[in-house]
Amino acid sequence: MKRSFIIIGVILLIVFIIYRFFAGSYNQMVSEDENVKNKWAQVENQYQQRMDLIPNLVNTVKGAAEFEKGTLTAVVEARASATQVKVDPSQLTPENIQKFQAAQGQLSTALGRLLMVVENYPNLKANQNFLELQATLEGTERRIAVARKDFNDAAQTFNTYIRRFPQTLLAGMFGFSQKGYFQSDKGAEKAPEVKF
Amino acid sequence: MLKKKLSCMVALFLTMLFTHLVSAQELPPKPNPPKLVNDFAGVLSAEQRDALENKLVAFNDSTSTQIAIVLIQSTGIYPVDDYAIALYRDWGIGQKGKDNGALILAAMSDRRMTIITGYGLEGSLPDAICKRIIELVIKPEFKEQNYYEGLDAATTEMMQRVKGEFTADESYSSNGQDSILPAILMVLAIFFLIFSVRIARVRRYARLNSIGFWTAWTLLNAADRANRGNRGSNWGGGSSWGGDSSWGGGSSGGFGGFGGGSTGGGGASGGW
Repeated sequence: MKRSFIIIGVILLIVFIIYRFFAGSYNQMVSEDENVKNKWAQVENQYQQRMDLIPNLVNTVKGAAEFEKGTLTAVVEARASATQVKVDPSQLTPENIQKFQAAQGQLSTALGRLLMVVENYPNLKANQNFLELQATLEGTERRIAVARKDFNDAAQTFNTYIRRFPQTLLAGMFGFSQKGYFQSDKGAEKAPEVKF
Repeated sequence: MLKKKLSCMVALFLTMLFTHLVSAQELPPKPNPPKLVNDFAGVLSAEQRDALENKLVAFNDSTSTQIAIVLIQSTGIYPVDDYAIALYRDWGIGQKGKDNGALILAAMSDRRMTIITGYGLEGSLPDAICKRIIELVIKPEFKEQNYYEGLDAATTEMMQRVKGEFTADESYSSNGQDSILPAILMVLAIFFLIFSVRIARVRRYARLNSIGFWTAWTLLNAADRANRGNRGSNWGGGSSWGGDSSWGGGSSGGFGGFGGGSTGGGGASGGW
């Protein structure tokens, strides 16, 4: 009689410990996951901000200097194709992030070329509207960098958590998979080359 | 397989290397006591520094908005804005919850400067305005080495733009209440404790002498008063209350401290 009580007690205790372990890991994964999504929203926000600036920028440049149509067209096209690439926040896989980054990177390159060409047009550089746009664009690029860094940090925390033992046994069961990172842009490490 | 993993690791490492912002050890430590004007490069005279500090503290007191100035020699290998963002977050500039802070950072020997705004000031100090302040207000003065004049004019300009966005009332309700409410509760609790001890004593006295409560109260009071003449009150440590309590005095004069630090990297940078 007494012994069966003890056995039941021990079983209950074990069940309780297992429950705590499962619940604790699961809840932790959920909050880390939410954190990553939140940081992702910031990233998307800032990229969207940049997209919103572009039509204005293109119009200003077009009005002030009727030059290289090709440069402008490249920007508009890159923007259009970047708009196509959307990432579902619940699917932040390395592949999706890479795709997103590639599309946005193309836009960055096109924009960079445009801003470089603009240096040749003093009347544009004296245009108040253009200067403001340029400053805003600069700020947006910095915000993008910050948002990307924050996202990478959050993703790293999440990945570290779900890959550690014993959570790694549960992550798959709960349907959590590793998040992707933003890689440093190819060529971003070196300054753009100026050809004469 | 292994190769792929290895290259993945290398890529990851590179990412970390290039996107990693400045680590905390390379930043100047948070000033203690907290100050809004921090001249690590030694380009301002003591009077100039105090004048700026007083101006910014007064603005913080009236609008709860923190504009911090940091002057250093160099940001080392980091771009000035990366450095400033890391510093902004490390020090926690701005008020918690409102993120209404701004940081003006200048690296004197790099001749680079930046203005970083917290989330709360992005509306009143958009990037283009920060850029304009740098280009039109600070740059001309810094070129002539009029560092104080440049910073003074820039902070004035920023204050005008921020004014009306946040008010001090908000700051007291969110920031002040934290410190005052517990103090009031504590005072009440002490009152209550002393009072209940006193009542218990009167009750016992009344019971022992079979007299009414209020009679006992009056008698005890008289006895205490008489006692106080001889050897000091025995329940009256209480007389030291009022006198030296330092209500509100704590924050007068100085700057209360940082508490925010949330920035998404708004602002602008420039050189001179």
